[in-house]
Amino acid sequence: MNKTNQQSLSLDALRAGDRAEYARLVENYYQFVYRLALKMLGNPQDAEDILQDTFIKVFRHLDTFDGRSNLSTWIYRIAVNEALMFLRKKQPELVSIDQPVETDEGEQDPVQIVDWCCLPENELMSSEAKAHLDQAMSSLPPGLRAVFILRDIQGLSTRETSEVLNISEMAVKTRLSRARLRLRELLTEYFGERLVERKSPS
Amino acid sequence: MSHEQCRYLLGSLSEYIDGTLEESLCHAIEQHLAGCDNCRVVIDTLRKTVSLYHDEAQRETASEEVHQRLLKRLNLDDFIS
Ligand SMILES: [Zn+2]
Repeated sequence: MNKTNQQSLSLDALRAGDRAEYARLVENYYQFVYRLALKMLGNPQDAEDILQDTFIKVFRHLDTFDGRSNLSTWIYRIAVNEALMFLRKKQPELVSIDQPVETDEGEQDPVQIVDWCCLPENELMSSEAKAHLDQAMSSLPPGLRAVFILRDIQGLSTRETSEVLNISEMAVKTRLSRARLRLRELLTEYFGERLVERKSPS
Repeated sequence: MSHEQCRYLLGSLSEYIDGTLEESLCHAIEQHLAGCDNCRVVIDTLRKTVSLYHDEAQRETASEEVHQRLLKRLNLDDFIS
């Protein structure tokens, strides 16, 4: 991530309550936290609530940050937990980051075999397509969703993701694989239909 | 996608597209792909799925209003530039 900026933040100044340093911390991380929350929750209003709650928690608990992990890792962990707590309130039966993700189910066979890669960009990135992307994302169990967002949208490494979520690197890889395959399946249903429409204009 | 080998390799495709898969499995996948159109399509669309989500999300940023409301909520209004 933003390693140079991050190193230039002074933990001592933060702990001493230096407001300028608080402001710099916000500048460094608010976009990351916002996008993470937006993708976890699927709507801007909830994302903004999580954004604010995350930084309130960060400042409130700075004295418990022991400096052993990166500051960024710690902030992202707080953000993910805020998002998961929010989801848990909304759909309690679905959400736990610790719960094994379909232990016995394993990988699902791909059913949709359509090569839609050749669709033009304006169809792949249309607002209708975006709505389908969002819908597919929200159908993922939150434990898979968090991994996919951190790795593929926010660009964290497997190791960073495992530190943020407090799960093993192996678990990150397994969840990422399942998340990607499921999303591929759902997008293929949608884009496959677009492809058929293009080939046989009515 | 009914072939045993397709099923067997499926769990490795994610690491394959990341280029982090161990060499022997990589080799097995490439050999398989030479004769299996289905798996090639799955890999291509898997890559495209990842890049679409990535690209689409990069366009979504917190607006200046969201930014300012955040600073206000944190009592950091004086740092609004
Ligand atoms: Zn195959």
